[in-house]
Order: sequence, then C-alpha cells, then structure tokens
Amino acid sequence: MQQYTPLIPFLPFLGFLLNGLLGKRLPKSAVGLIGAGSVLASFLLTLGCFSQVSATGGFETVLYRFMAVDSLDINFGFLIDHLSVWMMLIVTGIGFLIHVYSIGYMHDDDGFWKFFAYLNLFIFSMLLLIMGNNLLMLFFGWEGVGLCSYLLIGFWYTNKEYGKAARKAFIMNRIGDLGLLLGIFLIFKMFGTLNFSEIFDRLPGMRLATGATTLICILLFIGAMGKSAQIPLYTWLPDAMAGPTPVSALIHAATMVTAGIYLVARCNALYALSPAAMHVVAMVGVATAIFAALIGLRQNDIKKVLAYSTVSQLGLMFVALGMGAYATAIFHVTTHAFFKALLFLSAGSVIHGMGGEQDIRQMGGLRKYMPVTFWVFLIGTMAIAGFPLLSGFFSKDEIFAFTYAHGGKLWWGLAGFGAFLTAVYMCRLLYVTFFGTFRGTEDQRHHIHESPAVMTVPLIILAVLSVVGGFLNTPHFLHLGNEQWLAHWFAHPGAAGLPVIPMAEMHMEASTEWTLMTFTTTLALVVIAVSYFIYNKVANLPVSDASQTGFTKVLANKFYVDELYDTLFVKPVERLSKIFHYYVDIQGVDGIVNGTGNLVQSIGAWFRRLQNGNIEYYLLGMVVGVVLMLLTVFF
Amino acid sequence: MNELDIVKSVPIDYFVYLSALLFSIGVFGVLTRRNAIVVLMCVELMLNAVNLLLAAFSTYLSDAQGQIMVFFIMVVAAAEAAVGLSILVMVYRNTKSTDISLLDNLKN
Repeated sequence: MQQYTPLIPFLPFLGFLLNGLLGKRLPKSAVGLIGAGSVLASFLLTLGCFSQVSATGGFETVLYRFMAVDSLDINFGFLIDHLSVWMMLIVTGIGFLIHVYSIGYMHDDDGFWKFFAYLNLFIFSMLLLIMGNNLLMLFFGWEGVGLCSYLLIGFWYTNKEYGKAARKAFIMNRIGDLGLLLGIFLIFKMFGTLNFSEIFDRLPGMRLATGATTLICILLFIGAMGKSAQIPLYTWLPDAMAGPTPVSALIHAATMVTAGIYLVARCNALYALSPAAMHVVAMVGVATAIFAALIGLRQNDIKKVLAYSTVSQLGLMFVALGMGAYATAIFHVTTHAFFKALLFLSAGSVIHGMGGEQDIRQMGGLRKYMPVTFWVFLIGTMAIAGFPLLSGFFSKDEIFAFTYAHGGKLWWGLAGFGAFLTAVYMCRLLYVTFFGTFRGTEDQRHHIHESPAVMTVPLIILAVLSVVGGFLNTPHFLHLGNEQWLAHWFAHPGAAGLPVIPMAEMHMEASTEWTLMTFTTTLALVVIAVSYFIYNKVANLPVSDASQTGFTKVLANKFYVDELYDTLFVKPVERLSKIFHYYVDIQGVDGIVNGTGNLVQSIGAWFRRLQNGNIEYYLLGMVVGVVLMLLTVFF
Repeated sequence: MNELDIVKSVPIDYFVYLSALLFSIGVFGVLTRRNAIVVLMCVELMLNAVNLLLAAFSTYLSDAQGQIMVFFIMVVAAAEAAVGLSILVMVYRNTKSTDISLLDNLKN
C-alpha cells in the first residue's frame, strides 16, 4: 500500500489538471466523472492505507528531497499515521459525496468544469495539508486550501459582493497564516527540523523554556484561528457563504475549517507542555462557541445560520482541545463533518428547489414539497442539537464530560450554554423552513421540487452516517460496545514511538457522567419540543431586520463586528493608504522621478547656451582648456 | 664660427619667448578675427611659431629629428592651406562673404 500513497493526493491533482485544462471542451458528464472519480479513487486508496495502518501501524514515505539549505533539510514526504489517515478518510469520503452532489447542483452552471477543477485542487491541497510529514508541507496545503477557498467563494465573480467576500476570506486567513508561519520559524529555530516525527522525537530530551513553548503554541493557534474561524478572525466564514452551496459544505463546514483543529491535535505533544496556551485555546473556543451561537439566533439566511453554527461548533472543538481532549475534538470533527455536510447539502437542496431563494422567511412548509430533503435535514438538526444516540449527542457529550472533569463547573456551564443555543437556532431553522405554511411567491410555489437522485443519494448516505457516526466512540459508562474506540485508535504509537494522540484521562464517577448526560439530553429535548411550539406560530416568525429592536437588533446585525472591524482596521488602513498614495507616492516617489527628469532637462537647457554655433567661442573654450591643463601640469 | 655657433650665440630663452609670442599672436588672431583669410594666416603663424621652436631646440641639442619634424609640419601646413583656402572659396561663393561668424548653420 505504501507505494501507492502518493497517488492519494495526486489523483485529485490529475483531475484538476484534466478538468482545468481540457474541461471546457469535455461534456459535462465527463467532467463530473473525472472530478468525482478521482476523489473516489483516492478514497479507495485511503481505505487501503487505513487497513495497513490498523494492521502494521503508521509509516512515513519520502518522495524526494524538496530542498536542503544548510541545516534545513526538507523532504517531500507523507506521514501516514492514525490521525492523518482518519482525516484523509473524512476528506476523501465526504469530499466524494459532495462531488457527486455537485454534479446535480451545478448542472446548469456555465462554470461547471471550472468548479470541478477547483474542487479537485482543494482535495489535493487538503490531502497535502493532512499527509505532509513536515510543517512546510502542511503549510503548502494550508495555503492551497486558502487559495481554493478564495477561488470558490468568488466562483460567481460577476457579483461584486461575492468578490469582496472572497477577498475578505483570503485576507483574514492571511493574518492567521502569518502566525502559523512565525510558529514554524520558531519551531525550526528551537528544534532545527520541521519534520513532525523528528520534532516529537527530540521533544522529551529538550529543556524548553515554558515561555518559548507557549509562544510556539500560541502562534500556531493564531494560524488555526484564521483557518478555523475563531474570534477574532471568524468574520470571513459567514461571508464565505457567497460560494456555491457544495463549497460551503465541503470547505467551509466539513473539511478545510477543521485544519486548525488538525494542526493543534497534530502538535498535541507541544501543547501538553504549555498549560497557558491550552487555556488560551479553550477560552477563545468557548467565547467563539457562545458568540457565534448568539448571532446564529437571529439570522434569516438559511446558509448564514449554518455558517454561524459551524463557527460555534468549531469553538466547541477548540474547547475540547484546550481541555486536552484531542481525540474528542477529532471525534467531534468527524461527526460534525457528517451532520454539517448533511445540513449544508440539504440547505443546498432547498435553495435548488426554491430557485435560488435563501431567505427562510420566504420558505415554510417545505416538508410537503421536499420530503427527502426534509427528513435528512431533520436528522442533521437532531444530530447537531444532541438528540440521544445520534452522532452529535456522543461527541458533544464527551466534550462536556471533559470540560466538566478538567475545567470545572463554570467551563461546563459555558460550553453547555453554547450547545443549548445551538439547539435553539437549529430548531428555529428547521421549524421555520419546513413547518408551517408556505410564505414564498406563487412562482416559487410552482417551481418548487424535490432534488434529483444524484443529490438526494449523497444526502441519504450522510444522514445514515450522522445517525451512526456517534458509535465510533461511545462513552464507557453506557456499555454500548465500541467504547472509546476512536480514542484508542488514536492512542496507537505514531512515527516517533509516542502515541499519536495520548488518551486523555478523565476521573469521574459513572454517576456524575450519568447526571451530566441526563441534564444535557433533557435540555436538548426540551429545546426541541418547546421551540416547536414557539416557531410554529405565525406571530413568532422572523421579522424583517429593520423592525427589530434592542438586543435582537444587535444580534441580527452580528454584534456589529464587521462594522467594528471596518472602523478599527479597514478605514484607518484605507486612510493611511490614501495618505501614502498622495504624499509618499504621488509627491514623494513620483516627485523624485519627475524631479530627476526636470533637473536633467533644466541643466541641459542651461548647457545648451554654450553650444551657440560660434566657432571663436568654441576655440576660446579650447584655448582656455589647454591653458588650464598646462597650468595644472606646471604649477 | 660656423652657422651653428651663430645660432647658439643667441640664448635659447629668446627663441622660446619669440615663438611663444608668435604663437600667442596666432591664437589671439584666430579667436578675435572674423575674416576667414586672416584666421588662416594666424593658423600659419601658430604653426611657424612651433617650427621655429623645433628648429631652435634641434640646433641646440644637435639632434636632426626636430628639423625633420619641421618639414613634416610645413607639408601639413601647405596641405591645410590648400584645403582651407578652397573651402573658403566655396564659402565665399555661397555667402558672398568671408566672415566666419556667418557659418553657424549647424547650430539648429
């Protein structure tokens, strides 16, 4: 299997080249086949890798030496261990389903071939990010996914707003990338290598100052903040919904945004040395979880609600990371990938059926018109809200358990509040969209239809995964079998002999766990039930943004964060660049350049007078010159 | 007393002063006069000032090379006069004047 490993990222890359270079001339069916087929092939190869890793453990393959400068020696190699192969499964698996879905969703788009080329490039970059055996490779992938994100958010680039959203995402990510890059530099300075196994190999023997470790961890986390949309760099993600819906599902919910989680989980050995950094991670995570969930309560764009829910869920994952429960965070990444991809794709199905309408105030009663979409959306909502035995229930419950065990009651309460809000706005979305009566126009009512099978089949598969995904890692005390399977899977020794992700310890009485679980579950069920009665009333339907008052108005306007950033950063920078433009560029640089020209011209005009055409004058000059020369020679 | 001794009875300084004077007169004439014929004459004066100096030094140093150089200069001067005067004839035909200050067509 080892020798086929390089094919896993390069097959999608080949797909990208084929679709990107020839796609315009190929029929749409061929484009779709190449796009989805290459990812399917990667997925199958990843399954092979998975079985090898589970049989013989992780391995490292080196393709070639990428560069060697002084002590910097970087190979183009892949590290396939329990963590990366798991992420690869998610990326290629979910990626394949979304590719298939896109064949239906993007069918009428002129940029069909371009879309698939970008998607394949994204899968390639993401796999590079995950599989790279050193931080530079990870950085390549990191930048690659950023680029694809930019290209896909601005996919309908004729719309000016979408172009702005794409740029916003790119610039926000750039801020995070700077942190990541500085972190990588610092790691190289400390360890003299960027290779993961070597770093973790040298780690136990090194006497690192706590400050240095904390700095590295914080810098890496700043990178993660950008990519995984945490406060204060989260504002790009909701705007990223400008892209086609499959992109939102693939990149901005299921895979790319989890790159930050992956980075922290991969470097867990470093974070374990710095409690301060972990504290920061947890704090940022919990703040994001609550903040984004609050905003999500008052959004009326079906995709925006899901976007804020993604930000909030990512915050929850960072809480888990901050509590030292790395495996739990990856577990939530997994289940979240299932149900969030499902939710986004079914939202896409709704938008497709409604002919491009995204405002939930124009929907209502859709369950009659789109039964399949309704059922899968219902499953997704229940999974994310924490309905018992669905995937989100297990992963979130584990996060809460760790938060309670490691952080105490306050942390548990905050994280739980975030999850409570999640349940509220997701139920609101579900009930307002699918229940009640249809509120759109007559045209829309005629147009509305269930999506074709190419779209609904991936939805059903994802729905099944969302239901059973939780059983990958059930808690001990429930005795459901498969207990802590994923955590044990990650605890296998990695390339450096250390566990890939050590088992997080949790000392809690089973009765405490029972109490916690009962409490959160009851809360979720109450929310699901109560919000049914609230949001089914016509009086409680979302109103227009203008007529909202007080705190809801603040929420509907997303806490005015965009406006705040605009005033704090964008406007001053704009003003500064205007000053630079006028005083430095036009007056300074241009002044010097034009001034040089003018100076030469005026000197020339002055010297021009010497050339008056009078021979005696020239001769006089010559004589004076000769006399002067003689004088200098003799005196 | 042969011719050489007669020449040598005049101090070398006098030859240098004389030729310097002649040369300066030539230069002054070239610079100030506008009549092309006078200018050419002044050029001849400068050349002959040099000739005089060469001949004098040649005699004092008993070295014939200087006098050979004088012959060369005479030949060149003759050629120069021939070319210069013929140019002057052409100039006169075109401008009806021998004033060199009129010859400034290259200026613009």
